[in-house]
Amino acid sequence: MTSGDSENPSESTDDLDPLIADLLDGRHRALARTITKIENRSPGYRDLVSQLHAHTGDADVIGITGSPGAGKSTLVDKLAATYREAGLTVGVIAIDPASPFTGGAVLGDRIRMASNVGDMDVFFRSMSARGTLGGLSTATTDAVKALDAFGKDKVIVETVGAGQNEVDIVRTADTVVVLVPPGSGDDVQMLKAGILEIADLFVVNKADLDGADRTVSELREMLQLRDGEVEAGGHHGFAETTVDVGGGTGPEGGGVGSDGAAEGADAEGVEPWDPPIVETVADRGEGIDDLIAAMDDHRAYLVESGQLEAKARTRYADEIRTLLREDARELLAEEIEARGGLDERVDAVLRRETDPYTVAEAVLEPLADCVAGRRESRE
Amino acid sequence: MSAEQGQRQIRCLVAKVGLDGHDRGAHVIARALRDAGFEVIYSGLHRSPDEVVQAAVQEDVDVLGISILSGAHNTLVPKIMDGLAEYGAREDTLVLVGGIIPDDDEERLREAGVAEIFGPGASMDEMIDYIRANAPERR
Repeated sequence: MTSGDSENPSESTDDLDPLIADLLDGRHRALARTITKIENRSPGYRDLVSQLHAHTGDADVIGITGSPGAGKSTLVDKLAATYREAGLTVGVIAIDPASPFTGGAVLGDRIRMASNVGDMDVFFRSMSARGTLGGLSTATTDAVKALDAFGKDKVIVETVGAGQNEVDIVRTADTVVVLVPPGSGDDVQMLKAGILEIADLFVVNKADLDGADRTVSELREMLQLRDGEVEAGGHHGFAETTVDVGGGTGPEGGGVGSDGAAEGADAEGVEPWDPPIVETVADRGEGIDDLIAAMDDHRAYLVESGQLEAKARTRYADEIRTLLREDARELLAEEIEARGGLDERVDAVLRRETDPYTVAEAVLEPLADCVAGRRESRE
Repeated sequence: MSAEQGQRQIRCLVAKVGLDGHDRGAHVIARALRDAGFEVIYSGLHRSPDEVVQAAVQEDVDVLGISILSGAHNTLVPKIMDGLAEYGAREDTLVLVGGIIPDDDEERLREAGVAEIFGPGASMDEMIDYIRANAPERR
């Protein structure tokens, strides 16, 4: 642990974990087991994920979200089938809610994957939104890596569809599709704050139902309103600003062409992406081709504008921060444990002899000193 | 070093195979297992053995519970066991069968690799305790 800066992970390919070797070899069982280890945070799972990293980066990651009953699973099923017809392989992660009391869950989306049963090249995996406190997004991101490294061309993440968790999907997906069922005018209003901003694409599913046209026009109206109100706002503004925090200035990011179109993520001149609205009737397979075409357009936009790379930068910066936070938390937990727990300090706080701020500072002080000392000795 | 505790959760696939169209019992069991804190994947009705195998492998379940009322267990269950073996999943998947199984057939199913058979009289607690005690240790 104390051996200087060991920031270069295992470079040789020989000492791969056998499980990862099997996964890269195309063994489904190994892929399934790797995801389980990731979900369970089994001992050594971090090592597995870090071994995966070198083999990732080729899959298109698509996030699908929307309120319960909007038809996400059916749409995912049809998307997967269409991709398979085009000769592409697909990985799907479907997240379902878990009981906050028992931790139990019924993971039911698999039932709707009817078009793809018996086809192992659609790897469908159900995940429960276990702890939900940040854990979900880390586990999902890592599971996406496993599917990516396995060689899936398209990885689809389907979310619970019940709240703020959905916003996390942006951190994982290149393209975020938000499903809006017809007649949900009021819901759409409600969703404004979060979901509207994360969508790269809207799908009005069940477009054969009454009210679909109205929903489409309401959505369109809202998008125009947004464009008018906040310039360069929403999703894209989000991506740009966070990139700066994460990776410093990176002009090399978009330096593809010397002129015009590909000026990179930090260029002001990039045409903002206008989220299209696609109408589908997923259970009959209608509109799926339009949706795929729209997603391909978005992908092309990401590549041309340099946003794909910008997003990746943001994502990795976020991921590193999350891991650092987790590790720091654990380090602190150990330190607290080593000092005999918090009970006595809590007693002292109750007796008004000290206060939570003072306690926190005192516990953290040796760590802070240690870090500062190391930093000085490096300089 | 991180002293990670891990959060292992028992995962079960509740599967209906073949033409048998009654899944009320399977729903009840799925729910009871959920309430016991397990993660349950329900296959839906009318699955082929291949489909059950695909789900069991991809979902990496600890426990596969096959519910059969139709009497076709002697043909369907061995097919599932073979399929699991093909993917190297037979060793560490606890396979249970629930439903109406004549005594004579029980022996054959056990030989095929089924760990336990729960008939109509079995209690839910019995089943849950059995799973807790016998869910395979995973590598």
